[in-house]
Amino acid sequence: MFRNLTTLFRYRGLIQTLVARDLKARYRGSVLGFFWSFFNPLLLLLVYSFVFTVIMPGMHPEEIRPYGLFFFCGILPWTWFSSSLSESANVLISGGNLIKKVLFPAEVLPIVAVLANMAHFFLGLPILAAFLIYYRRPLDPVELLWFPVIVVVQLLLTTGLALLLSALTVHFRDIKDLLGNLLTLWFFSTPIIYSMQMAPENYRWVLNLNPMTHLAISYQEVLFHVGPHGHWKWLIALGVLSVLVFFAGYFVFDRLRDSFAEEV
Amino acid sequence: MSGPAIDVVNVSKVYRRFARQKQFATLKSALLKGSLIRDLQPDETFPALRGVSFQVPKGCTYGVIGRNGSGKSTLLKCVAGISRPNSGSITVDGRISALIELGAGFHPEISGRENIFINGIMLGLTKKEVQKRFDEIVEFAELQDFIDAPVKTYSSGMYMRLGFAVAIHVDPEVLLIDEVLAVGDQGFTLKCLDKFAEFRRRNRTILLVTHSLDLVERFCDQALWLDKGRTKAEGEPKRVVAAYIIDVEKSEEQELSKAESARLAASAKGEGAAPGGKLPDNPVESGEAPADMFKATEGRWGTRELEITGVTLLGEDGQPGHVFQCGEAVRVKMSVRAHQPLEDFVFGFGIFNADGVCCYGTNTNLEELQPDEISGEGEVTFIIDSLKLVEGTYRLDLAAHKLDGYPYDYHRLLYSFRVKSRTKDVGIYRPDHRWHFSPTIRFKGGNRAGRG
Repeated sequence: MFRNLTTLFRYRGLIQTLVARDLKARYRGSVLGFFWSFFNPLLLLLVYSFVFTVIMPGMHPEEIRPYGLFFFCGILPWTWFSSSLSESANVLISGGNLIKKVLFPAEVLPIVAVLANMAHFFLGLPILAAFLIYYRRPLDPVELLWFPVIVVVQLLLTTGLALLLSALTVHFRDIKDLLGNLLTLWFFSTPIIYSMQMAPENYRWVLNLNPMTHLAISYQEVLFHVGPHGHWKWLIALGVLSVLVFFAGYFVFDRLRDSFAEEV
Repeated sequence: MSGPAIDVVNVSKVYRRFARQKQFATLKSALLKGSLIRDLQPDETFPALRGVSFQVPKGCTYGVIGRNGSGKSTLLKCVAGISRPNSGSITVDGRISALIELGAGFHPEISGRENIFINGIMLGLTKKEVQKRFDEIVEFAELQDFIDAPVKTYSSGMYMRLGFAVAIHVDPEVLLIDEVLAVGDQGFTLKCLDKFAEFRRRNRTILLVTHSLDLVERFCDQALWLDKGRTKAEGEPKRVVAAYIIDVEKSEEQELSKAESARLAASAKGEGAAPGGKLPDNPVESGEAPADMFKATEGRWGTRELEITGVTLLGEDGQPGHVFQCGEAVRVKMSVRAHQPLEDFVFGFGIFNADGVCCYGTNTNLEELQPDEISGEGEVTFIIDSLKLVEGTYRLDLAAHKLDGYPYDYHRLLYSFRVKSRTKDVGIYRPDHRWHFSPTIRFKGGNRAGRG
């Protein structure tokens, strides 16, 4: 397993190229091209702002206003997370040709899916920055140092789950269909459109079990809320968990690796 | 020279086949009975390779031949490391490039240029190395004008050429090739062969899986014949190929005789053919001749006063057979039976090729043999001293009829045989021939006469 991990490092050039290819190919043929990376989250923001400020106004307390900004802090990382998982569930099957015909470390494919979506996440950040400037939110530079930590934790967690899902989907194709619904449930179980304080007291422990909760809160704490990053203990714990998830995911993937060429 | 480039020791590979539907249908019951683990065991296994061992020395071009489903591609995939054998070990010394499917990693939406980079990197080059070889690759693929168009607009030939060009320019120490030479036009194929020759000159190792025996004989230093996952022969290519051809002929033989019995059975409609390809005894009184005698439709008709009861084709060795070498002595033996003494009879013989063209036809009347009398059982043998037909499948017409054409027993295209030839000449008939050249015209290896 660890030897395979080191060979993976040798393939970083390939991963880099494939991520670039993914980004290039995604919007090839569309008029706006690369700008879709900006417009997509923006449009999503409009939809949710419309629903929660025009159709259902007054749903959110003072502390999560301006609502659009609050929502954006959560939806950007969520999109990264959920797109990575739904893509990687499919990636080994759609890339079957590569696995069967080219000598090629299969884990590159889900990793590329995660990294390409991370690139989209980064491309959404300038919009977030624009909003921060527009609303004149004060940002604590020391608190911003936490930002890369949160990103790394999310990267590890997402990659671990992506590896696990991609390997299992080869054997159980049902996962693909199940995952869509699961991700919807997961989305509403994460404080993205609401804040943790709005959740009923006696159900908070359920939300606390959701690793994405702590990532979303961390993003909100650093980028949205004024004051020190109070969630760091949870974040560190989640960091440790993410490392475990990553290795567990990689372990399962490594175990099932030999069956891919025959099953896809 | 150090150890071998490829060392395959006792490799076996078993493919599992699950009866998928059954597996899912019984998942619930499996859980209830607690037999989930047992039910997840494969229902059937299919051994693709059974204990194959061989070594390919460095710089050797090694050919693997065998029929469809003999495990050639599985072997190549195992050597490439794409799939793993169930037992045995494979060691490969040096960088491998496998030409198994060309352009497997191409992304249709992006340009040929970008795909070259991605494919090259996928095959193990660095970006700089691809950069260095880029022009050469494009030129080799003959795609200078289209290199910036998205790959989805390429024709399949262009796609394959680009895939081949990238793969061949990876410059591996060990090159694995699976039947990919059938790409592009003649010129491109020649270019590919030149590239292989260059590989050989530079002492690279090549493992070639192919159906082209000619290629194996011309290019390979050693050959391996796989049959149903086992090594059937290994060694000098000419010897291995010859053994393989004999085996293929044998099985073709079986197929032809099977097909022949089927045809005979069909022509004896409703009467039930006797086993072993023997003709039915009951004459078909109502049998009618087809309107156009030169139209090749198989069948049997006639009154059977004089009956052809059996037909055997004999080769040079005197053994019955259906596959003959070009130039071999062949005899066609008909067993006949006259149900009453007859004074008016003609025996006819005709050869048709697979297109239904009559290659030759004659009868005893045309050759001015005056019938006198036939009674009871007898044998008629048509002796061909040298079968001068080009390679192909041929069918036989055999007949017994009256001088005026009244049919006793007419067997149209019921018997077939195959002619094999090492020379790939074309047409139908090969006349005895030689070449002669004046001294100013020279060929490599001396002006040898053609094999006529």
